Amino acid sequence: MGSDDYSKIDPKGITPESLYLNRRNFIRAGIFAGTVAATGLTYRLFNPGTSTEAPSETAETQPTPQITVAGEKVNSFQDITNYNNYYEFSTGKTAVAKKAAGFKTRPWKVEVGGLVGNPKTFDIEELLGFGQEERIYRFRCVEAWSMVIPWMGSPLRRLLDAVEPTPEAKYVAFQSAYDPRQMQSSFSAGIDFPYVEGLRLDEAMHPLTILATGLYRKPIPNQNGAPIRLVVPWKYGFKSIKAITKITLTDTEPPTTWNIANSDEYGFYSNVNPNVDHPRWSQASERRIGEYGMRETLMFNGYGDEVAHLYEGMDLKKYF
Amino acid sequence: MKDLKFYKFILVVNGLVPLLLLAFDGSRGQLGANPIEFFLRATGVLTLLFLLVTLLVTPLRKGFGWNDLIKFRRMLGLFSFFYGCVHLITYSIFDKSLNVPGIVADVIQRPFIAVGMIAFIILVPLAITSTNGMVKRLGGKRWARLHRLTYVAAVLGVIHFWMIVKSDVFYPAIFGLALASLLLYRLYVILKTKSVQARAVGK
Repeated sequence: MGSDDYSKIDPKGITPESLYLNRRNFIRAGIFAGTVAATGLTYRLFNPGTSTEAPSETAETQPTPQITVAGEKVNSFQDITNYNNYYEFSTGKTAVAKKAAGFKTRPWKVEVGGLVGNPKTFDIEELLGFGQEERIYRFRCVEAWSMVIPWMGSPLRRLLDAVEPTPEAKYVAFQSAYDPRQMQSSFSAGIDFPYVEGLRLDEAMHPLTILATGLYRKPIPNQNGAPIRLVVPWKYGFKSIKAITKITLTDTEPPTTWNIANSDEYGFYSNVNPNVDHPRWSQASERRIGEYGMRETLMFNGYGDEVAHLYEGMDLKKYF
Repeated sequence: MKDLKFYKFILVVNGLVPLLLLAFDGSRGQLGANPIEFFLRATGVLTLLFLLVTLLVTPLRKGFGWNDLIKFRRMLGLFSFFYGCVHLITYSIFDKSLNVPGIVADVIQRPFIAVGMIAFIILVPLAITSTNGMVKRLGGKRWARLHRLTYVAAVLGVIHFWMIVKSDVFYPAIFGLALASLLLYRLYVILKTKSVQARAVGK
C-alpha cells in the first residue's frame, strides 16, 4: 500500500472528526482537572486551613463574657485558643493547639525557692486554692497583634507572700516545663528551652500581675499555658511565661529567653511602649484579632495609670 | 508546540488556584484568627515562589531539553508580579490604611519593608517590558540584560522574607537554598563557557 494512497484506507478505520474532537476535549478536561487538583492539593498541604470541626464544647457552652475592657470586645474562645506562640510545641501559631492537645498537666508541681524564708513546692491543686477570679486583660504580642482575654487566676503576690521573700530578694525568675518527649518543636525554633522569664520584685507584686489557671471560666487549655501561667498585661506577651514549674527569687536580674536569643530586639523589661519600636517593625500600632485595620498601641498597653509609677525616672528607651 | 493556547490557559488557571483557595477560605472564616497576616504571608510567599519557578525555566530547558518551557516563562514572571501587587496592595490597605506618608515612613524606617519595596519596584519595569513589542524595541540583548534584574529581585525577596521572621528561619532558608542553587547553576554555566572559550582560543 503506497503511503500516499489514502483512497485505499478503509473508511471504517478513520476516526470521525466529531469523535476525534470529543476525545481531544476529554483529554483536555482531564489535564485541566488533574492539574487544578494537584495545585489545589499542594496548596492545601501547606495551608490546611483552620479546623472545620465544630467549636469545642467549652466554647459552645461558655457564654461570651459581657464584661469588656473599656468598651473593647472580648476575643472569641476559638481565636484565643487557636493562635498561640508556644515554641515548645510549634513555631506556627495555628499549629500549637493540635500539638499541645496531649500535653500532661497532672500531676503538676511548682517549686518556689531562692531568696525566701519559706521555700516550698506547691501542688497545682494548692495553687488553684489561691483563688479563681476573672481578669479581663488586653494582651499585646510583640508581633504587633493583640487580643482581649478573660483569664481566671490569682495575683502572684499571694503566692510570693506565702513563701516570704527575704529583704535581699529583688527579682523573680520563672521557668517553663520542657519535656522533649511531649514537646516536639522545630529544630530551627531559634530559642533555647526550657523557656525562662523574669520580673522585678515590685512588678511581680503588682496587683495586676496574676498567675492564670483558667480561661473563659474553665481550666486553661494546654495551648494557652496549662496548667498555670503568668499574665503581666502591661508587657509584651512573651513575658507571660507558660506552664510554670519553677519560681526563684534572686538578687540579680535573671536571664530571659528572648533576650538571650536576641538582646538588641528583646529587653528584660519589654513593657508595651508605642514610642519604642522593635528594630524591625513599628510598635506604634497593632492589629486587634478580629479586626482588619490597625489600632493605636497604648502606653503600657493601657495600664499606665496603674503601673507607670514603677518606672519613674527610668529611660524606657534604654530599658526597653 | 501543539495546543500552546490550551496549555497557557491551564497555567493561568493553576496560577490563580492559590488565590481562589485563599478567597474561598477567607469567605468561610478559615484563614485563622489573623486572616490579614495569613493573606499577606501567603501572597508574599507566592510572589517569591513564582519568581523562583521563573528562574527554574532555563536550567530545566538546558538540563532536560524541555525547550517549550520558554513559552511559559513570561507568564510565570507575570504571576510573580501579580502576587507582588496583591501583597503590596494588602499591606497598603490593611496595615497602612492607604496612608501614603505612612508607607513612605515605613520604607525609610524599616529595612525589611525597604528591601521588599525595592524588590517590587524592580519587578515593575520587567513586567512592563514583557511584551513582544517591547522585546523588539529594546533589542534582544538589551532586553536580556535588563531582565537579569530578576536575580536582584529574587535575592531581595528572600532577604525580605528572612527579615520578618522572629526566630524560626526554616522557610526563608528553604527559599534561600533554592535560590542559591539556581544562581550557582548560572555561575557554573558561565565558568564552563569561559573555560570552553579559553580552550578554543588556546588552540
